[in-house]
Amino acid sequence: MSVATQDTAVRTGRVTRTFIYVFLLLFALFYLMPLFVMLANSLKPLSEITEGNMMALPKVWTLEPWAKAWSSAQIGVEPTGLRPYFLNSILMVVPAVAISTVLGALNGYVLTKWRFRGDSILFGLLLFSCFIPFQIVLIPMAMVLGKLGLAGSIPGLVLVHVVYGIGFTTLYFRNYYAAFPTELVRAAMIDGAGFFQIFWRIMLPVSGPIAVVSVIWQFTNIWNDFLFGASFGGQSQPMTVALNNLVQSSTGVKEYNVHFAGAILAALPTLLVYIVAGRYFVRGLMAGSVKG
Amino acid sequence: MGFLDIRNATKAYGNVEVLHRVDIAVEEGEFLVLVGPSGCGKSTLLNMIAGLETVTSGDIAIQGRVINNVHPSKRNIAMVFQSYALYPNMTVAQNITFGLEMHGVPKAERARALEDVAQLLQIDHLLDRKPGQLSGGQRQRVAMGRALVRDPDVFLFDEPLSNLDAKLRVDMRTEIKKLHQKLGRTIVYVTHDQIEAMTLSTRIAVMYGGHVQQLGTPKDIYDAPENVFVATFMGSPAMNVMPAKVRVADGVPHAALADAEGQEVLLRFSQPHLAAWDGRDILLGIRPEAITDPDGADRNSSNIEPLRNRIGVTEPAGADTFVTMTLGGKDAIGRMRADAQVAAGEMFDFAINMEKAIAFDPQTEARIKP
Repeated sequence: MSVATQDTAVRTGRVTRTFIYVFLLLFALFYLMPLFVMLANSLKPLSEITEGNMMALPKVWTLEPWAKAWSSAQIGVEPTGLRPYFLNSILMVVPAVAISTVLGALNGYVLTKWRFRGDSILFGLLLFSCFIPFQIVLIPMAMVLGKLGLAGSIPGLVLVHVVYGIGFTTLYFRNYYAAFPTELVRAAMIDGAGFFQIFWRIMLPVSGPIAVVSVIWQFTNIWNDFLFGASFGGQSQPMTVALNNLVQSSTGVKEYNVHFAGAILAALPTLLVYIVAGRYFVRGLMAGSVKG
Repeated sequence: MGFLDIRNATKAYGNVEVLHRVDIAVEEGEFLVLVGPSGCGKSTLLNMIAGLETVTSGDIAIQGRVINNVHPSKRNIAMVFQSYALYPNMTVAQNITFGLEMHGVPKAERARALEDVAQLLQIDHLLDRKPGQLSGGQRQRVAMGRALVRDPDVFLFDEPLSNLDAKLRVDMRTEIKKLHQKLGRTIVYVTHDQIEAMTLSTRIAVMYGGHVQQLGTPKDIYDAPENVFVATFMGSPAMNVMPAKVRVADGVPHAALADAEGQEVLLRFSQPHLAAWDGRDILLGIRPEAITDPDGADRNSSNIEPLRNRIGVTEPAGADTFVTMTLGGKDAIGRMRADAQVAAGEMFDFAINMEKAIAFDPQTEARIKP
């Protein structure tokens, strides 16, 4: 992105520039405030919070709340901490993201390079699935999962998220592959490569940017999902549901420091994904829109 | 029956027919160029030979085997694409041997074939690079290498030079011609550039509107175009075509047309059969190089007609000077020697090589034949 600073559309003077930076800095501070409050309070004993000063830095620094949130906090009736639920989330999110991304790539490949009668209608229907609210499908989905014998299990959750994700991943890959030169596919056909050989050897190796977009999008959505987790999780509920159970418990002392630590724990994986792959996100979304 | 037979090949998309009953028999070792303006169906025809487009009706056969429904990879053809279509994630070596790999050729054999092709095209030093690190001309070579390594029956070229700059295009053109002479393979080559068509081909098919307008050797096409389209499409600057009348004087047919001042001039035809058109309108076609200064006229011609006319514009082009004038109510271009004394607006004595003049029927635009 360093190139962009030397290639702005409008030349800006020193005064304007200072103003812009000050302005942006203020907004950044404003948006970072909640994170600061969460971090600061997760690192102090409960007594310091109940004294009433939420904005202050801890007087006594402690990791106790983090340890408690992770391994011994009361979630529902069991004092297990968030750890088993974190594991559930991982077990759900990894296959769901992988499967929906691969299927989206295959769909995009077929919809752009192996076109058939009615392909745009099919694509339109797939797109339509992006606009169906989660709540509408809860009951039919519960019935389907029950019939398949997947109710209340991690494979069931994976299935739900894959089905819901395909619309988005297909959209990403279709638009990305639409800009992919068809002559390459034709050359590979003449060279004797088959349907999957072209996909694996020619298309996938250059799909990096859009795969990153798809993974970030799917990971964030599936990790943060609460509704499907709460509805279909059963004995294998994901992190988000557990966090809710931790924070919303109506008995006992409200351990705000533990709640803050738990909330940060729940947000960490998505943050990590954004930090590692975030710069590809914008790049991937814009790919193909401008030649070169 | 030829080596590659295109018999009555038609292509239609729904009700729209884009290629009408094309009939071409290509002999082994021939270099056939399909030339025509955009949308004339030349690339469609090539893609049909390659198997990338279906044949609506008619047959395409290689060595007597009808390949209408044969998969592209099983037709034993190789294609060089306009965009080169090199696989961006593979090295040059992988690009060239990908087809062999897909056809299950053993590794040792692939390496040998790669070496041969790399040497032939002088790309040995590029084998480990990715296409993104190559110049346009180098990519072009790699694309040709990918075709050559397969050792196919027929090579198909789809405007392979149109992405190169002018100088490189001329170099690569010569290179392709050399390759053809050396290897003697059958080539079908699509281009919209009539100079490429003239220089490379052993035969040209000029296409327009989904029809083959004329199929013949470059000399046939240039000297005896079947119709006005072929006449004006081939050659640069284009052939001058102007309305005229046939007038028989002393038993010999002449073309009568108006000069820049509106005065009628008579130019004697070399073709006696035009006497049958006495008094009728024709379209007179004269190539720019047949309108010269008197000293630059073709000494071998039996029929140089003088024409005094006013010069419109002069365009010195280095080797020649082009002169524009009004003839028959149209702008006509003549090609003078570079040092001919011509000046805009002055009267000048031109020499017209009427041996090369062609008369077209103004209704059908077809050449009037004996």
